[in-house]
Amino acid sequence: MLEAVARTRDALMGAGGVEEALRGLRAERGQESASKMSVIGLDLHYGSFHVLKDVSLDFPERQVTALIGPSGCGKSTLLKTLDRMNDLVPDCRVEGLVTLDGQNAYEDIPVNSLRRRVGMVFQQPNPFPMSIYDNVAFGPRTHGVQDRAQLDGIVEQSLRDAAMWDEVKDRLRKSALGLSGGQQQRLCIARALAVKPEVLLLDESTSALDPISTAKIEELVGELKRSYTVIMVTHNMLQALRVSDKTAFFLLGEMVEAGPTEDIFTEPVDPRTADYVAGRFG
Amino acid sequence: MSSKVLRGLVYAGATITALILVGLVAFILVKGVPYLTPSLFAWEYTSENVSLMPALISTFLMAALALLLAVPTGIASAIYLVEYASETSRFVRLVRVTTETLQGIPSIIYGLFGLLFFTTLLGWGMSLLSGAFTLAVMVLPVIMRTTEEALLAVPRSYREGGFALGAGRVRTVFRCVLPSAAPGILGGALLALGRCVGEVAALLFTAGTVAQVPDFASQGVFALFDSCRTLAEHMYVLASEGLHVGEAYATAVVLLVVVMLLNVGTNAAVGRLNGRTKGDA
Repeated sequence: MLEAVARTRDALMGAGGVEEALRGLRAERGQESASKMSVIGLDLHYGSFHVLKDVSLDFPERQVTALIGPSGCGKSTLLKTLDRMNDLVPDCRVEGLVTLDGQNAYEDIPVNSLRRRVGMVFQQPNPFPMSIYDNVAFGPRTHGVQDRAQLDGIVEQSLRDAAMWDEVKDRLRKSALGLSGGQQQRLCIARALAVKPEVLLLDESTSALDPISTAKIEELVGELKRSYTVIMVTHNMLQALRVSDKTAFFLLGEMVEAGPTEDIFTEPVDPRTADYVAGRFG
Repeated sequence: MSSKVLRGLVYAGATITALILVGLVAFILVKGVPYLTPSLFAWEYTSENVSLMPALISTFLMAALALLLAVPTGIASAIYLVEYASETSRFVRLVRVTTETLQGIPSIIYGLFGLLFFTTLLGWGMSLLSGAFTLAVMVLPVIMRTTEEALLAVPRSYREGGFALGAGRVRTVFRCVLPSAAPGILGGALLALGRCVGEVAALLFTAGTVAQVPDFASQGVFALFDSCRTLAEHMYVLASEGLHVGEAYATAVVLLVVVMLLNVGTNAAVGRLNGRTKGDA
C-alpha cells in the first residue's frame, strides 16, 4: 500500500500525469469500479498538529461512502479537503493529491468550480436568512442563471429531489428560518443540489436532527446515490451500515481500513476496526 | 433578606433613572413649549425674530452630508477588517486600537483638528463642508466599531454556506453576511446620526454660526463653502447670548422631537429588515 503510494507520487512527478498515476494505483489494488474522487498520500497539518497522516482512499461513483471513527480522528477534516473548505482555516497545510474525475482538485480546477461540482451539507443546518426560494436559487444565481423561468424550474426540481417540495411549495417566499430543523437541513440539501453537483459531501448532517428527520434524510441519501456520488461523515455506525456502500474507518488521523460496508462491519481485518464497530470504544 | 435589599436597590435605581429622564423632558417642555410660536419657524432669521428654521434645515444638510461621507467609508473599512484582513495582522490590531481610542476623544479635539486641517490648511473656511468632514471623521470610528460588531455576530456558517456553493468572497459577504448584519449596521448609523445632530463643540470651530441656510439655489455647489449653524449650535448661541433663553428651550423641544422621530423611523426600518430576513412575515 505504502509502496503503491510512493510509486504514484513518482509517476506524478513523471510525464504520465494524474490519469496514469491513478490507473497505476487502481491496477495495483485490483479495483475495477470507477472512482469519482480520490485522495492519494494526503497529509494535512493545522499549524503543527498533524491531522491526517498519509491517507489514500477512493470514492466510487454513484455510491455512498461513509467515513467513520471516533471524534477527532480527522474524518470531517478529510471531507473538507475534498471541496477545499480547509482553505478557510488559517495555518492549514495540505500535501498529497486530491482528484476529481482524474483531475487535480487543487491545481487543475478553479476553487469555485470545484465547490460547484462538489457540494457540501454541514452538521448544523445553515439556511441563509432569506426566503426558501432565494436559498435554493442562491447557487444557480451565483453561477450565472438569471432567467426567471429557468430558476423556477431549478428550484422546484431541487426541492423535489430533496423530498420537500410538497411541504414548502405554498410558502416559497417565506423565510427559511421559519422551517423546522429537519426541514432546514433538507433545504440545505436542496440548495446544494441546485447547482447540479457531481459529488455531495454530508458532514454529520443528521447529528443535530430528531430520529424522524434523520430517517427522512437517510432515505433521501438512498435516492440521491442514483445520480450523485455521496460521501458522508457519521458518528452513527448503524447509519453507516444502513446507508453506505463503502466504509472507511479512521483513528487518530490514520485511515485504518476501508472496504465494502458489509465487510467492514462483519469481517474487519484490523482488530482496531473490529473493536470500534463492536462498540468497544469511541 | 439580602435579596430584598438588592431588589430594593434595583427598583430604586430604575425609578431614579426614569424620574431623571421624565423630569428632564418635562422641564424642557414646560420651559420651551410656550415659545413655540409660528414666527419661530419663519424662513428668515433676524435679530428680533430668532427663527430656528435655517438651523433646522442646516442640521439636516450637515448630518446628511456627514453620514454620506462616513457611512460608506466606515462600512467598507469594517468589511475589510472582518472579512478580508487576516485576524492576526498587526495592521488590523493597530486600526482596532486606533478606532477605540478615537471613540473616546472629546469632540472639541475633533473641532480643533477640523479648524487646523479642513478650515485652514485646505482653505475651506468656516463652512458646511468643513463641518461635515469634521463630523464624518468624528463618527467614523462609531460606525466602524458597530459594523464590525454586527459582522462578527453573523454566524460563520452563513459564510461557509456561501463558499460551499462556489460563491466568491464578494458575493458571500454581500448576499449572505451583510443582510443579517444590516440591523446592527443601521443601529450604528443611527448612533452616528445622533452624535451629528447633537454636536456643538466640533462645529463651532469648523462650520461657524451664521444663521442662514447655505444658498444652493443661487451659488450651486459653492454653497458648500457657506457657514451655517445646526440646531444644537443655535441653542448654544441663544443660551450663551442670554437674550432669547425661552427660544433656546423651544429649540431644545424641536431638537428632542427631531431625534425622537429619527429613532422611531430607524427602529421601524430595523424592524422591517429583521422581518424580511428572520421572522416569517
